[in-house]
Amino acid sequence: MSAAAYIELSGVKKTWNAQGRLTTALAGIDLVIEKGAFVSIVGPSGCGKSTLLQIMAGLVPSSDGLVRLHGQPVREPPRDMIYVFQQYTRSLFPWKNVQRNVAYGLESRGGLSAADIAERTAQTIAKVKLQGFENHYPWQLSGGMQQRVAIARALACAPDVLLMDEPFSSVDALTRVGLQQLLLDLWQSLGLTVIFVTHDVDEAIYLSTRVVALSRPPAHVGLDLTIALDHPRDAILTREHVHYLDYRHRLLAQLFADEGIASGAVHS
Amino acid sequence: MRQWFAHGLRGRRSGIVLLLVLLALWEFSARLEWLPAMSWPRMSAVAATLGQLIASGELLSELGASLWRMALGYALGVLLGVIVGVLMGSFRAIYNLLEPITEILRPIPSPAYVPIAILFLGIDDEMKIFMIAFSAFFPVLLNTYSGVRAVDPVLLQTAKTFGVRGARLVRQVVLPAAAPYIFTGMRVSLAVALIVMVISEMVAASNGIGYFVLAAQRGFKVREMFAGVITLAAVGYGLNWLFLLIEQRVLAWHHGYSAQHRD
Repeated sequence: MSAAAYIELSGVKKTWNAQGRLTTALAGIDLVIEKGAFVSIVGPSGCGKSTLLQIMAGLVPSSDGLVRLHGQPVREPPRDMIYVFQQYTRSLFPWKNVQRNVAYGLESRGGLSAADIAERTAQTIAKVKLQGFENHYPWQLSGGMQQRVAIARALACAPDVLLMDEPFSSVDALTRVGLQQLLLDLWQSLGLTVIFVTHDVDEAIYLSTRVVALSRPPAHVGLDLTIALDHPRDAILTREHVHYLDYRHRLLAQLFADEGIASGAVHS
Repeated sequence: MRQWFAHGLRGRRSGIVLLLVLLALWEFSARLEWLPAMSWPRMSAVAATLGQLIASGELLSELGASLWRMALGYALGVLLGVIVGVLMGSFRAIYNLLEPITEILRPIPSPAYVPIAILFLGIDDEMKIFMIAFSAFFPVLLNTYSGVRAVDPVLLQTAKTFGVRGARLVRQVVLPAAAPYIFTGMRVSLAVALIVMVISEMVAASNGIGYFVLAAQRGFKVREMFAGVITLAAVGYGLNWLFLLIEQRVLAWHHGYSAQHRD
């Protein structure tokens, strides 16, 4: 284990038994992620990137290999790590209002007084700019607002690591830009480590300090790119940066080649 | 609730008119003696008897005895139905163990158990409470089981990511999420419990509204008999109304949520 290693995956494998046939989703993933990184995992749909994230979260057991957080093997959801689901409409409790949804994670931890919980809940609701909606129920809010509630619920627990599974895939384009900005601000101001699964190469480069592209199953790491673009990122200018375009080119070339899609890409 | 009430007043005007017409028809058919007066008393005479029975406190004491049994049996049946339903919904092994026996016991009409229950529990309150609990148990059990199976796995995983497991998971996530199903079962059970209460009191009792109706009929006190039946109608209506009132409160989120998802 290197000094900078914070989250370490060694030989993580996942095989499924579907009607007696053994299929390998993840062929053995090795990754070392340092604290404070923003790592996106991209790949063709069905490549097992969500499964990999769930294994990292301790929600799904791996078939082989190990995930370590601070050097400790992850076998069940660790306290410092919170998972944000893609389906915000299904992951928020419809019988709890915004305030109670955000407080849920804190309450489940125990050891905090009601006053502390109320204070931290209010602070977190302010961070995601949902003041005034505390008494609304999730189903009374727009998709983007619901996802902000889910993010607030995760952040209220003050985790070190956020694991996010395509969190912005079902909101409209403008809302998505707003949520991306919010996430980058929170990542920087709170010193989070974020692991972000997406199928959108542009979103991955724009947000991340590093992008890992998985291959088709049995998946392995096809490309591992460090994104050396300055922060804070700009919703327009960053996407026009020459390095941005270069990263985009290389990632798309990798994914398209993997899918057998012909393109004019120069393989590098 | 308010909507339902407004709907009840405006939309159901024709239904209320029909009710009044039938009551008038009852009165006139009895006055004109279309049926033997001995078994078909006037509506107004029944109403007067009902008033007397209420004033004397006789009816309320019979009703009190019945409602006490029903409340106890219903509460027991619902509680056990929820517990076993959650266990069957959560553990495959328990489902496999209990599913065949519930499928065999459930279709047997509850009154058929009364003779057996008398054999083992006698004719006192124990038998009636057992009968009410037993028949209230199955609708709650089956609906709770379905509700637990239908809990969104994303909700369960969300709770797990916050370290919530076991009994806390059941209390905080499974039960609230399954509550709409559980309430459906409880409403069916409420109607069943009322039926079984009356039947068990008719078979063997020395008090209670079911006993009162049967005893009145056997003693040729036909007006009392009708008054008892009308009381039962009012009780059934009142209990259902109360149930819906509570359900609207507890499941307010669900009504809003499903209205949102119908759009």
